[in-house]
Amino acid sequence: MRVPTVEEFMSRAYAIELEAVERYTQFAEQMEAHNNREVASLFRRLAEIESLHAKKILEEMRWASLPAMPPPYAADDEEGPETAPFEAVHYLMKPWHALEVALRCEEKAVEYFEGIATGDVPERVREAAAEMAGDEREHVRLIREWMKKVPQPRPGWDEDPDPPRIGD
Amino acid sequence: MNAPVPAIALQPKDFKSDYKPVWCPGCGDYSVLAALGKALASLALRPENVAVVSGIGCSSRLPAYTTCYGFHGVHGRALPAATGLKAARPDLTVIVASGDGDGYSIGGNHFLHACRRNVDLTYIVMDNHVYGMTKGQPSPTTEPDWRSKLAPEGTGLREFHPLVIALASGANFIARAFSGDPNGCARLIAEAVRHPGFSFVEVLSPCVTFRPEQRAWKEAVRPAPVEPTDDPGRAARRLMTDDGFNIGVLYRGTRTPFAPRSAATQSVEDLQCAFRL
Repeated sequence: MRVPTVEEFMSRAYAIELEAVERYTQFAEQMEAHNNREVASLFRRLAEIESLHAKKILEEMRWASLPAMPPPYAADDEEGPETAPFEAVHYLMKPWHALEVALRCEEKAVEYFEGIATGDVPERVREAAAEMAGDEREHVRLIREWMKKVPQPRPGWDEDPDPPRIGD
Repeated sequence: MNAPVPAIALQPKDFKSDYKPVWCPGCGDYSVLAALGKALASLALRPENVAVVSGIGCSSRLPAYTTCYGFHGVHGRALPAATGLKAARPDLTVIVASGDGDGYSIGGNHFLHACRRNVDLTYIVMDNHVYGMTKGQPSPTTEPDWRSKLAPEGTGLREFHPLVIALASGANFIARAFSGDPNGCARLIAEAVRHPGFSFVEVLSPCVTFRPEQRAWKEAVRPAPVEPTDDPGRAARRLMTDDGFNIGVLYRGTRTPFAPRSAATQSVEDLQCAFRL
């Protein structure tokens, strides 16, 4: 991956965090629309956490204003590594499932930033990528801890007494 | 005189309205909505210069979720409404949103003639092979052996092949996208909007409620292994042997788009007078 300057790298990292905030907020809205308030509030919390990470990037870079953002869909083909896919959610999902979704995103982020840190990039970019990978590893640890405090869903968690689907 | 103020580039979120979608969580249509916003932002369009027209169905809720002009019309009749709008207001970018039931069954006839007329529209069909809004009846693209309470033995009917039909009817641009790749979908929608004439984008958009097995589409889709062609004969051979999972631009035609031969002869006020009771 071509990342010539630390500014470019950090603006990309910032865009990744913002995209994750947006997706978790969308998931929270979807859960609110389906009256799954517990999971909605968890997705809102995850959006807040990602938003703090984005803010930290701005502070570390001492950017007076927002960096020049990449175009709506930038050089990379796929969405950012911390952005959960739209299909990752279910209207009856439990908090544990939401944390599982977040865990996968954080693990992908670690992989992404480690990939840059070990690639052919300038030293300052390498350092910044290693630091970002460290932050994401910490997030992985925190989410794993969080998952221990949340009950694991029982089999049949997705059974709806008034199902939208008429089965065979 | 002051120099004109340059327009501020819009972001995808500027194309999202305050109405919150009520699709099932996990539905592919969320992704198509996101892709449409990204596409319009990348084209440097503004919501007031875009109209999104739809019929009826889950996918047809899309206009309300954008900040563009919207028209949520009659079942299967999105294309005639959009055709009229584009003929009257060629300055607008007109996007049409539909689903496989609305677009290929109830609106099947309009689909053929919209392709034939080649008006400069972008037709996005969110295909999930089922009527979702009305609880899971088979649609024209449902596989013949898909069984449900509503079709216990399956329909036994051959599926409609929208891309082949579009080509045979004269569509000027044919692409297939997958909702599981919102950025790829955005790129294809943007290309369809840029292409003159009737542009058709079939989006594989899983219905996670009635067709949960469609989550496996993520593993089935692949980039089309061939470059787009402008030769209808070659495109026809490709599409006839297509398994439904090749993603990308499949045909890029060169037909001149339809343009009305005469300008409007009556003002809006004249028309209003004619309709006054």
